[in-house]
Order: sequence, then structure tokens, then C-alpha cells
Amino acid sequence: MTQAFAFDVAHMFAGLLVLVSFMMLYQDRLLPLIDALTLHSLLLAFSVAWQAYVQDKPDLYVTAFIALAFKAIIIPMAFRRMVVRMNLHREIETAVGTGITMLIGIGLVALSMDLMLRVTAGANALVREDVALALAVVLLGLLMMVTRRNAISQVIGFMSLENGLILAGTGARGMPLVVEISVAFSVLIAFIVIGIFLFRIRERFDTVDLQALDNIREARR
Amino acid sequence: MGLIGEIALQFCQMALVVILAPAVVGLVRKMKARLQRRIGPPVLQPYRDLRRLFGKEVVLPENASWLFRVAPYAIFALTWVAVALVPTFRTGLLFSWCGDLIAIVALLGAARFLQALVALDTGTSFGGIGSSREVMIASLAEPAMIMVVFTVALAAGSSQLSTVADFMAHVGGLRVSFAMALVALIIVALAENARIPVDNPATHLELTMIHEAMLLEYSGRHLAMIEWATALKLLLYISVIGCIFFPFGLITTGGGGPLAYVLAIAAYLFKVIVASLLLASLETAIAKMRVFRVPNLTGIALMLGLLGTLLLFVSGGL
Repeated sequence: MTQAFAFDVAHMFAGLLVLVSFMMLYQDRLLPLIDALTLHSLLLAFSVAWQAYVQDKPDLYVTAFIALAFKAIIIPMAFRRMVVRMNLHREIETAVGTGITMLIGIGLVALSMDLMLRVTAGANALVREDVALALAVVLLGLLMMVTRRNAISQVIGFMSLENGLILAGTGARGMPLVVEISVAFSVLIAFIVIGIFLFRIRERFDTVDLQALDNIREARR
Repeated sequence: MGLIGEIALQFCQMALVVILAPAVVGLVRKMKARLQRRIGPPVLQPYRDLRRLFGKEVVLPENASWLFRVAPYAIFALTWVAVALVPTFRTGLLFSWCGDLIAIVALLGAARFLQALVALDTGTSFGGIGSSREVMIASLAEPAMIMVVFTVALAAGSSQLSTVADFMAHVGGLRVSFAMALVALIIVALAENARIPVDNPATHLELTMIHEAMLLEYSGRHLAMIEWATALKLLLYISVIGCIFFPFGLITTGGGGPLAYVLAIAAYLFKVIVASLLLASLETAIAKMRVFRVPNLTGIALMLGLLGTLLLFVSGGL
């Protein structure tokens, strides 16, 4: 196996992750958004497994397995149940204009590439490429959290952001296994807490649209 | 091979595309009919249509200017020149030095400009609506096309199609940028050729048609020229996709014996047939989208092109 081939496959997975991030930005229905998150996590699992194979570090397989089990199976299933129970699956969310969001997203990708290619000029090509694309995924996740009004899609943005962090962590040959597992569990805990919060918000305000919370705060003032 | 041979090869290329183009349209129609469980017209039907149209009398609108009569020939010529510059069976033909991707885009743009102009010339309402829609779609598809051109040109170090095809024939491995550029180029091709998600080439329903609305006033040999040019444009996009992304079978610089040429032309025909079949099955599988949704589709193409260009910078790090 040549270095070039290893690089190409890693590059393909990381590039596809960025592409799926864009798919998530584009979606304005919740169930396809959850599907996109599933795909995102699946690609992350493949990418991490490939890194484990290329770098010959078996403990990264555990990370890949965690990504596959928690993020590609359990969390999307829970999300799906949540959305169906809250009866949100037919609603179209009014995201901030899709075209503008996409353009901002492209700008963020360009920014992260420009920055990372300068900062990591001396590093290994595989690491550089992984870190640059991971930063792009993180920024796109942040953009998603900023542009969405629905709490659930903000949480999905948070999950995709976290996927970007793991991509960066595995590409940089750092991150011992203990950290991995604790991060994975903390994300799961965060997810549970967020889930409980969502239900509480809905019980209280009859909506998960965060605009409503703002309105209430304004009214109290 | 001397200069005469080179000229002959270039002539072969021009003849090949102009003769093959109507058959591609016929093949797509036949395949679509078969997929819809109809028998469909024979594959060679477009040739018969063209022959009959050439024999018919030309009816001109009363208030049409000279432009109306000149435009069909100009559109045909511009499209033909563009498609003759795309390597089909061999790269590095005699005129390939001017086979620049940007030049090809510009030639097609000039043809489209003429078409939109003559549709306005007669002053009918359908011509107006057709050209306004056509120009809207073109102005959205063209940036995406240019981004695709940038992606392949940055990778190959030249926007000349022959060089790009040579480069692509020798490049190994997977490149996610090229995959994105391919998808973007396919979307652009569908939009530019007025194929199904954007426009239905078989319909004459006023509300939906784009390309056909511009041709309503044409008859006889003028209509034949425009129909032929449309077929040539479809073949052009198929050839461009074939020679950039699937350059197998192409004779690269140096050339070979007669057998090599037969094989190369066979490979090209194979690519064209596969592309026609894929196009027919795609058109059967999906529905036409509303005109106001088309910007979303071309927006995706533009985004993929941009992303492909950006990712190229990262992959260039190796």
C-alpha cells in the first residue's frame, strides 16, 4: 500500500464529511436532517477506522466503534423517536435563507483551509489535510447552530461539530483512548441532558422554537 | 503522420460528432420509451425528421428581421465548432491548441445568446418567456460550469481539454474533488441541455417549456438546423464528461496504427451509449421540478464546484 493511496482514501472520507455537513446546512426538514447526521457519523466511523489502519494504532478502532454505535445508531434513533413524539416530523423549519447560508459555509471552508495550510506548513500531508477539513466541519457545525431556530437542529449542529473534533483528534495522532472514551460518554450525557431539556422546554412553552423563548424574555422585561 | 493526416483526423472528428449527434437523441428517446413500456420511434428517427424538415418550405413570421434567418446557421456553426474541439477518440488533434474549456463555454454562451435574442425578435409572448427562463438558468449554470473548469484546470495545470484528458488518463487514485466536479458537471449538463429535472424536451405545454418555447416560430430547414445544434450540444456535454472523467480508450499523444483508432472510436461509442442509457433512466426515474426550484439545483452544482476547487488545495499538499 502506497502512501499516496492511503492519503487519497483519507482525503475522500474527510472531504465527504465536509460535503455531508453542507447537506445538513441545506436540509430544512428534521427527519432528513437526522438521516444526514447518521451519514455524517457513519463517514466519521469509516474515516477513523481508516486512520487506525494507516497509522497502525488499534485503539483508534475503539473510537471508530464508539462513533458507529453511539453516533450513527443510538443517537439518531433517539432523535427520530423524539421528533416523532413531539410531532415535528412534518414541519418545515424556517432556516435563514439557504443560499446565503451555503455561501457563508463555503467562505468558512475557504477560511479554514487557508488558515490550516499556513499554520501546519511543516506537518505531514495526511495530518494537514485532516486538520484543515476537520476545522471546516467544526465551523460548519457552528454555522448550523447559529442559523437554526429549532432547538433540535441546533443539537444536530452540535453533534456534527463534535464529529469534526474527533476527526481532528484522530488525524493529529494524539488523543489517548481514555480521553476518547470520556469524550464519547460526555457527548452521550450531554445528549441525554439536552433531550430532557427539550422536553422541559416544550412542556413549558409548547414549542421548541427558540424564538419563542426570546419573546418571553422580552415580554417580562 | 504529416499535416495532411492531421487535417484528415480533425475532419474525421468533426464529421463523427455531427453524424453521431441525432442518433444520441434517438437512442435516449428510444430508451425512455422502452422504460415506459412503449415501443417508441426507431433510433434513426431524428435523421428522418431532419431530412423531412430540410425538404419543407420555410415559413417566416411577418415582422422577423434578418437575424431570424441567420441565427439558426450561426447557432449550428458555433455549437459545431465547440464540439469539434472536444477530444472524442484522440487528444492533441490539429486544432486542439484552441480547445480551451473556457473557449468552449464561451462558444456555447454565444450560441445561447443568439437563441435568446431571436426568440425575442418575433415579439411573441412565448419567445419572451422562453428566453427569459433560458437566460435565468444559463446565468445560474454558467458559474457552476466555470468552477468545474477551474477544478480540473487547477489539477491538470491547463484548461486545454487535450492536456486535461492526458492528465486524467495518467492520474491514479481517488480524488474527492473530481467526484464533486463530476456531479456538478452532470447537473450543469442537465440544466444546459434542457433535460428533465429542469425542462422536459418532449413537452409542448406552455407553462413548463423553456427551450422549446424559443423555437415555436421556426420551421423548415431553420428548425432542422436548431434541432441538430441541440443534439450536438447534448453530445458535447457527453463527450466532455467522457474525456475529462472517463478518458479510457483515448489515443494520447503519439497515436498508433489503424487498429488503435478503431478501438478508440469503439470506446467512444461505448461511452456515448452508456451515457445515453444513464440519461434515459435518470429522466424516467425523476420528475421535472418547478422552474423556481431550479436555482436550488444549480446552486448545489455551484457549491460542489466551489468545494471541489477548495478541496483540491488541501489534496495538493502531498
